[in-house]
Amino acid sequence: MFAQRIFYAKWIIWVFALLPITRLVWFGINDDLTANPVEFVERSTGTWALVFLLLSLSMTPIRLITKQVWQIQLRRLLGLWMFFYACLHLTTYVWLDYGFMWQDIVKDIIKHPYVIVGFSAYLLTIPLVITSNNTMIKRLKSKWKTLHQSVYLISILAILHFWWLVKKDVTEPFYYASVLVILLGIRVYFFLKKVNKQV
Amino acid sequence: MILDNNKRNPSSITPSEITPREIFENRRQFIKNAGLGLAAGALSTSLLSQAATVVGGDTKGDGVLIGRANAKKQVAKTGNTQKLPAFKKTSYGADEKLTKYEDVTTYNNYYEFGTDKSDPAIHSTLFKPRPWTISIEGEVKKAKTISIEDFLKLAPLEERIYRMRCVEGWSMVIPWVGLPLASLVKWAEPTGNAKYIEFISANDTLTMPGVRVPVLDWPYVEGLRMDEATHPLTLLAVGLYGEVLPNQNGAPVRLVTPWKYGFKGAKSIVKIRFVEKMPVTTWVKAGPSEYGFYANVNPFVDHPRWTQSSEKRIGAGLFAGRIKTKMFNGYDEVGQMYAGLDLRKHF
Repeated sequence: MFAQRIFYAKWIIWVFALLPITRLVWFGINDDLTANPVEFVERSTGTWALVFLLLSLSMTPIRLITKQVWQIQLRRLLGLWMFFYACLHLTTYVWLDYGFMWQDIVKDIIKHPYVIVGFSAYLLTIPLVITSNNTMIKRLKSKWKTLHQSVYLISILAILHFWWLVKKDVTEPFYYASVLVILLGIRVYFFLKKVNKQV
Repeated sequence: MILDNNKRNPSSITPSEITPREIFENRRQFIKNAGLGLAAGALSTSLLSQAATVVGGDTKGDGVLIGRANAKKQVAKTGNTQKLPAFKKTSYGADEKLTKYEDVTTYNNYYEFGTDKSDPAIHSTLFKPRPWTISIEGEVKKAKTISIEDFLKLAPLEERIYRMRCVEGWSMVIPWVGLPLASLVKWAEPTGNAKYIEFISANDTLTMPGVRVPVLDWPYVEGLRMDEATHPLTLLAVGLYGEVLPNQNGAPVRLVTPWKYGFKGAKSIVKIRFVEKMPVTTWVKAGPSEYGFYANVNPFVDHPRWTQSSEKRIGAGLFAGRIKTKMFNGYDEVGQMYAGLDLRKHF
């Protein structure tokens, strides 16, 4: 029964995850990417990377609250889609925004804190992607879990990246930060509950 | 008193207890924002609004979705296509490729109507740019209020094609119609004490939804030194593309200083004040380390957030890359005004 449920859930995720990129291509064809198309693509891909990051972080809280475990198997797929959109985001920045002007890119990364924070989050994601397959999970054993806990740092860096790039109105990053606080808060709550029980 | 608040006699409420309307509305907006964020959750809100855009509907949600592509449809519906009175063409920017009207009127920073670039086009429809008066105040002989109609008679209208460079790293080329600020300064007859001019923008909570949110310290204040104000390049614009200035571009009258970053261009000006001391402008108040009073376009002084050495030209397309930013946005004739001024310190 669970196998079927996972199968359908994965289908839904695939369709859902392909929508944002399809939409961008559609807008591109119809010349509808606003007056500043590069910024639009940059922000859209960045937003969706963040959405998939937060979705992948929601699977454990769902387990803690509902005591159901099957959805944990969706985590990898959601995480990989996050990486997909993060790659598009970075490609947009390097290619469409900066046209491979490496000198300017290096200067931009070093000089502007929000760029360096976002770039670090991206780099930290790479080891997680490489070790996301079953072989690596088996090989790394308990180290795998420790390594993949860096996703908490990545999520905080991603939010910080968003928060700092906004000129003045932080309403939008505030929404995403609130979700992250809730997702991490649920973990902390259940962790403390467990500790208290053991005492 | 506190326990039985409902039975209080209204006359026993002292004026100091009544929450001023703006604070009350700000609070409501904040509660609304916070409530939305926590209750609905950013995820679902964003997903829903993006999904709505995929389906093709106009998203009404504010701020959650970045860059809505639908503002131009709104402009097509409510676009201001009134013709201006006769104006003369000038040679300014005659060789420049103009940014499309649609882009100039749907990609705006005008926080009084919202912080998203598409907000001004969508949320400025209730704003009334007529009737309009400008109050001339401070160190002048003619400290009085002038109607927009009389203001238009101060000098013949001219078209000036100017480059506009935003501090965020993008630029446009806009055919403004207006009259030199110098003609108003001459008419107002400033006294010897007038060293600076302060521009104050409209701040109407009813028709400008953005001012209900305390993103900036309203009303918007900008300023120029007297020599900058009377420089021949400095324009008070009342139109663009030969038409009356649309609301989202600062109707009915706005400042244009093409060698400075775009935020210097105060929009919907209601007060022009001649003062002795350097005005404290809105963005300087918001972030003194990021924004300066002069705000001259300068590729050598980097903003903490944005690289200023290059810029993206709006309308150039997805694969156009960047162009190098020029000192004073290429308007070298203003350079002499800043001789002896350390532009790294006075950015």
